Amino acid sequence: MTVAQQPEALNFECETGNYHTFCPISCVAWLYQKIEDSFFLVIGTKTCGYFLQNAMGVMIFAEPRYAMAELEEGDISAQLNDYEELKRLCEQIKRDRNPSVIVWIGTCTTEIIKTDLEGLAPKLEADLGIPIVVARANGLDYAFTQGEDTVLAAMAHRCPEKSPVSETEKVERNAIQKLMNFGKKKEDIAQDESEYVDHPPLVLFGSLPDPVVTQLTLELKKQGIKVSGWLPAKRFTELPVIEEGYYVAGVNPFLSRTATTLMRRRKCKLIGAPFPIGPDGTRAWIEKICSVFGITPQGLDEREAQIWAGVEDYVKLIRGKSVFLMGDNLLEISMARFLIRCGMTVQEIGIPYMDKRYQAAELALLEKTCQEMNSPLPTIMEKPDNYNQLQRIYELKPDLVITGMAHANPLEARGINTKWSVEFTFAQIHGFGNARDVLELVTRPLRRNNNLKDLGWDKLVREEAKI
Amino acid sequence: MKLAYWMYAGPAHIGTLRIASSFKNVHAIMHAPLGDDYFNVMRSMLSRERNFTPVTTSVVDRNVLARGSQEKVVDNITRKDAEEHPDLIVLTPTCTSSILQEDLHNFVERAQLEAKGDVMLADVNHYRYNELQAADRTLQQIVQYYIEKARKRGELPTEKTAKPSVNIIGVSTLGFHNNHDVTELKRLMTDLGIQVNTVIPEGASVHELKTMPQAWFNLIPYRELGLTTAKYLEEEFGTPYVDITPMGVVETARCIRKIQQVINAQGAEVDYEDFINEQTLHVSQAAWFSRSIDCQNLTGKKAVVFGDNTHAAALTKILSREMGIHVVWAGTYCKYDADWFREQVSEYCDEVLITDDHGEIGDAIARVEPSAIFGTQMERHVGKRLDIPCGVIAAPIHVQNFPIGYKPFMGYEGTNQITDLIYNSFTLGMEDHLLEIFGGHDTKEVITKGISAESGLNWTKDGQAELNKIPGFVRGKVKRNTEKFARERGFKDISAEVLYAAKESVGA
Repeated sequence: MTVAQQPEALNFECETGNYHTFCPISCVAWLYQKIEDSFFLVIGTKTCGYFLQNAMGVMIFAEPRYAMAELEEGDISAQLNDYEELKRLCEQIKRDRNPSVIVWIGTCTTEIIKTDLEGLAPKLEADLGIPIVVARANGLDYAFTQGEDTVLAAMAHRCPEKSPVSETEKVERNAIQKLMNFGKKKEDIAQDESEYVDHPPLVLFGSLPDPVVTQLTLELKKQGIKVSGWLPAKRFTELPVIEEGYYVAGVNPFLSRTATTLMRRRKCKLIGAPFPIGPDGTRAWIEKICSVFGITPQGLDEREAQIWAGVEDYVKLIRGKSVFLMGDNLLEISMARFLIRCGMTVQEIGIPYMDKRYQAAELALLEKTCQEMNSPLPTIMEKPDNYNQLQRIYELKPDLVITGMAHANPLEARGINTKWSVEFTFAQIHGFGNARDVLELVTRPLRRNNNLKDLGWDKLVREEAKI
Repeated sequence: MKLAYWMYAGPAHIGTLRIASSFKNVHAIMHAPLGDDYFNVMRSMLSRERNFTPVTTSVVDRNVLARGSQEKVVDNITRKDAEEHPDLIVLTPTCTSSILQEDLHNFVERAQLEAKGDVMLADVNHYRYNELQAADRTLQQIVQYYIEKARKRGELPTEKTAKPSVNIIGVSTLGFHNNHDVTELKRLMTDLGIQVNTVIPEGASVHELKTMPQAWFNLIPYRELGLTTAKYLEEEFGTPYVDITPMGVVETARCIRKIQQVINAQGAEVDYEDFINEQTLHVSQAAWFSRSIDCQNLTGKKAVVFGDNTHAAALTKILSREMGIHVVWAGTYCKYDADWFREQVSEYCDEVLITDDHGEIGDAIARVEPSAIFGTQMERHVGKRLDIPCGVIAAPIHVQNFPIGYKPFMGYEGTNQITDLIYNSFTLGMEDHLLEIFGGHDTKEVITKGISAESGLNWTKDGQAELNKIPGFVRGKVKRNTEKFARERGFKDISAEVLYAAKESVGA
């Protein structure tokens, strides 16, 4: 463990915040798909709508359960009444789609004109009979994936406080559905209960595709740990029960507000673990949860070794290569830690926002990984400046740059390999079983190069004389 | 407030950015919150740009809300000026800065004191103009700025060129097939013996703008972009303009005749009739196509057209006048310029539809049940849902509408491309229909649907549930692989765990 390297700590820096990222309202794109009975109403301008329309690509044609409440000049100058306007639109949504929840996404504009969404929502909720959840996912305060954080933090308040058994009067809403669910749950419990160790209830938070939810749940089941619920669930009506004293664990690095809300407002105990990205991360995540419950993890050594053996063909391609993460989705620390474990050198970790408390275990694992792999400790650049970063990239000539789409093609044209960072947000990257999928993405430009080498087409821009 | 799912024209700042980034060595700085620079992604992805999009943001965050931008905007302008040495920096307001009401004019003036390049504020109001209107205004603003600057310095050349010459105005980045159109237009001008004086804004330098008065006339190929600039130049210098879009055989001829008239009035003495005749009969295949049996079969077929003013109007005329197709309705989302559209197409279709509500358009398509649709990407998807083929003729567009191959919509080669587009849309629909009537090519029954029907394996409830989550097009493959895995390991029951173990073992 102790390597002949000076015990220097991770270096944190902060630049100008002039970087490219997605607007946090983009979270509606994956959250409306995750929460099947929801409807997301983004209260903003044409700018927001244009972004969503283009960023969501083909999905926009699939009659998504999202819409813009497009503000007009009359709304800005308060000639129109916010409440009446929102009521009119929400009534239309209720009529056309009949969702179980309407999520209002507050934007920059509602912040600036100070629309009191949090104040209007309970009133309209009572009038309309549909829960209204307010999340201020705006570009003034947040970047990209932090949008999900604001939505889940707001949802955390809506999780039932007690199991439905003791609270019969609450069953009224969606009675039939709840009844059916209840029946199903009971059957499962009867079957499974014996397989689990006796431990306090554990609720996981973070939106993941259903297959990944199943995988991670099964992974914990192997250790005898039962996942009592998941925030968010497939449906709003199935939000997990969260009682005081429950344990919670995050699956994504950008969920600090949600974690804070669960701890402070719902009195939960947060298990601070590295995130289950990469086989090393997944193992550390499980180990940490086990240790909190006093369980000795079973068979993790073999499991991790087996996964590493399975991806060796990919790891071989990137071992010894360098990578530069420009930073735009907050997955960067976990990604860098995993790639260092794969034998890569990380030159810079750009990240929009760094919560050192929520990510503490992940940062510790990063540091430990660097020491074990005998890799220099990278600089973590919070609020990076893309222009400066490009200068550093030209200088360092990394083998791979993980970056947003705005820079990818121009860098490729200059002979620098890139991987589009947003893909990591939409691909399945969690757990043991998806390690290969992450590496599939990371190695793609390098494999492409193996196919195209010898053609001599690396630099495809004309150098123009600089004045 | 308006409930909206889809918009045809983007917000105003997109128009300004399209103009700024079309010019060479012009940089735009948006006064906007984090994430509003999505324009860079679009330009980099859709038009597959090799260079960095010259657009940055002066970020509006909490601090700006509390204290105002103060030095921030000025610093960002002077910094960019020092880093990239652009000829011009265009400060671009967004919806956010519209409501903040900061004195951006003042920032520009202060930055100008330090910056070596020129600095200007794009004069567009987010709540009054859309992308197209803003682009038109910004282009005029930049042209006027450099004309006036040259005039002040006494550098404005006023002599016309010796030979007839033209400014082609309105070709821009992210415009529908604009890069191909401009090649075709330049070729057409060369064939007509007309010098191309400037093409703006795409690829132009702001230093060229002062030479614009030297052209004999201005050509405005697109209705949406450039007309304001042309009118300004007409007012200032008396330069006439031709605003007939050379799209389709008849309109191209009309455009050329108008050019002839305009330059003959200035003493050119040209006669283009023979050229038009030769091109129409032998270079373009569109006229011959109209006579051919293929086109005869299209006679009276129903079509609907929707798009921007330029393309929807041109396509409507081509379909109706040149191919004998029955255009049931033609529509535009350029509501602000609806009168022009009505006047252009009224005699070529039964009904004119002016709207930017995609739901209304979808309903109008469903009601009419045309054999083919010509519209934007949105109409293409409506067509998919209704099983009606669609040719895409106007923005909003996807990456597949930025073809690498040469596909102009204008000029004589453009008529060939449009003919293919129209004919292919209709035959596809016809084939589909025939297949349906005759029950497909292969009338034999399929004997085996897969190898897994009698696998002797049992899918447990959770296993089946997981399998159902896998997208349909790969589900069969996953099922077979999992069953193979289970058979090899001797599992009788396939649970979700077995399914994922199988996935890990094959590494896919």
